[in-house]
Amino acid sequence: MASLLQGGAQDGWAGALDARLRVGAVILFAVVVVSLQRPAVLTLALALGAVSALGSGWDAARILRRLLAAELLLLVLLLTLPFSTPGEPLFHVGPLVASDAGLLLALAIALKASAVLLALLGLLGSLEPARFGHALAGLGVPERLVHLLLLTVRQIDLIGDEYGRLRQAMRARAFVPRSNRHTWNSVGWLTGMLLVRSLRRSRRLLEAMRCRGFTGRLHLLQTSGWRRVDTVAAAVLGLVLGALLMLDRTGAPGLFPGVAF
Amino acid sequence: MAHIPDGVLSMPVLVAGSAVSLGLLAVSLRRLDDARIPQAAVLSAAFFVSSLITVPVGPSSVHLLLNGLMGLLLGWLAVPALLVALILQAAFFGYGGITALGVNLMNMALPALLCAALLRPLLMKDLSARRAWWTGAAAGGLGVAATGALVAGALALGGEAFRPAANIIALTFAPLAVAEALITGVVVAFLFRVEPELLVLAESVDD
Repeated sequence: MASLLQGGAQDGWAGALDARLRVGAVILFAVVVVSLQRPAVLTLALALGAVSALGSGWDAARILRRLLAAELLLLVLLLTLPFSTPGEPLFHVGPLVASDAGLLLALAIALKASAVLLALLGLLGSLEPARFGHALAGLGVPERLVHLLLLTVRQIDLIGDEYGRLRQAMRARAFVPRSNRHTWNSVGWLTGMLLVRSLRRSRRLLEAMRCRGFTGRLHLLQTSGWRRVDTVAAAVLGLVLGALLMLDRTGAPGLFPGVAF
Repeated sequence: MAHIPDGVLSMPVLVAGSAVSLGLLAVSLRRLDDARIPQAAVLSAAFFVSSLITVPVGPSSVHLLLNGLMGLLLGWLAVPALLVALILQAAFFGYGGITALGVNLMNMALPALLCAALLRPLLMKDLSARRAWWTGAAAGGLGVAATGALVAGALALGGEAFRPAANIIALTFAPLAVAEALITGVVVAFLFRVEPELLVLAESVDD
């Protein structure tokens, strides 16, 4: 069974970069994008995100599926905000009036969320979970948390296999999930059984680790070194983010002429 | 639905949520014994995998949040376990924003701790399968309902315009709370019969 966490992207342009830089870049990009105001600049940020995602081997259809799956909550906002924000009326749906301010607000939120998600796919889509964990440690995340994350990542695969076996056993007994009490009971027993087997697995794991002298500390591997290409990439990133912030603050001409923002 | 993406929340909400989450995390990490990390990791992984199960409810289907059950079984340990799950979901599935991570953790962890404080004492004394079911159901329902309230509240703090969306989101949590209560009830009754040690696991970690 393939890893549950593997993003499935090939190692595109981001694969050559230091993992710490990739994680740090996503976080910085998210912080900058969230603070932007002007829809024109946000559109630019979205384009940057799209380029980074397409550049690391994601095809457009899969990107769209990921965006849709992740943004159910956004859909609710997109459908309600235009009607609940006061402003110039744009169009009517029955008794409801959509305002331009509401539409712009909804648009800005959708642009922000999508831009960050696209950058995430581009920069982290091909990063192995283990390297991601080590990168977090390199960025100053508490060591205990990183150990917990690294062990959890490993166990997710093992318990995912366990889950697959239990599910197969249910299928072999002609179980088909439906919206009824029998299904909910079965899911409850399935979850309970996963927990029971995990507890037993965790005892074996702890004993095996104690055998090897585990006292609560693990070594964090330094898997990647900082190279010149990383310095260049960091500089480019800094320039791009700075430019986005500046465009947003100063009133440089927008991409939507005729609209005042 | 429980994971708020980037760009939705206002700056004060993001800052406040992150501050609360950092506080909870600091307390819980101090309580996490290094030698217990492997066990915590295996159980976090089990909850992570369980939350990927698709459960049919009416015409649509839901994923379980399991934060109530995590609070009930893990106590304070639920906080780092939830954080790891949220980080992995944000980084590898794109569920939930990066800047909203603090708020999302708060929305999941506070109900978990509430369940731990209110319902865990019920597991300690003369438990029967029937009472185990009810305790589990209460944890499942309370966990989801409180998370729904927090998510809707965080949205509503964005201003008057966000009220309708917040109301709709709160409503969507209702069927989820019922389904989760029914299922976590079964889980806890099952654990009582098969592995009662799991029900008192957190006692040996905490206090």
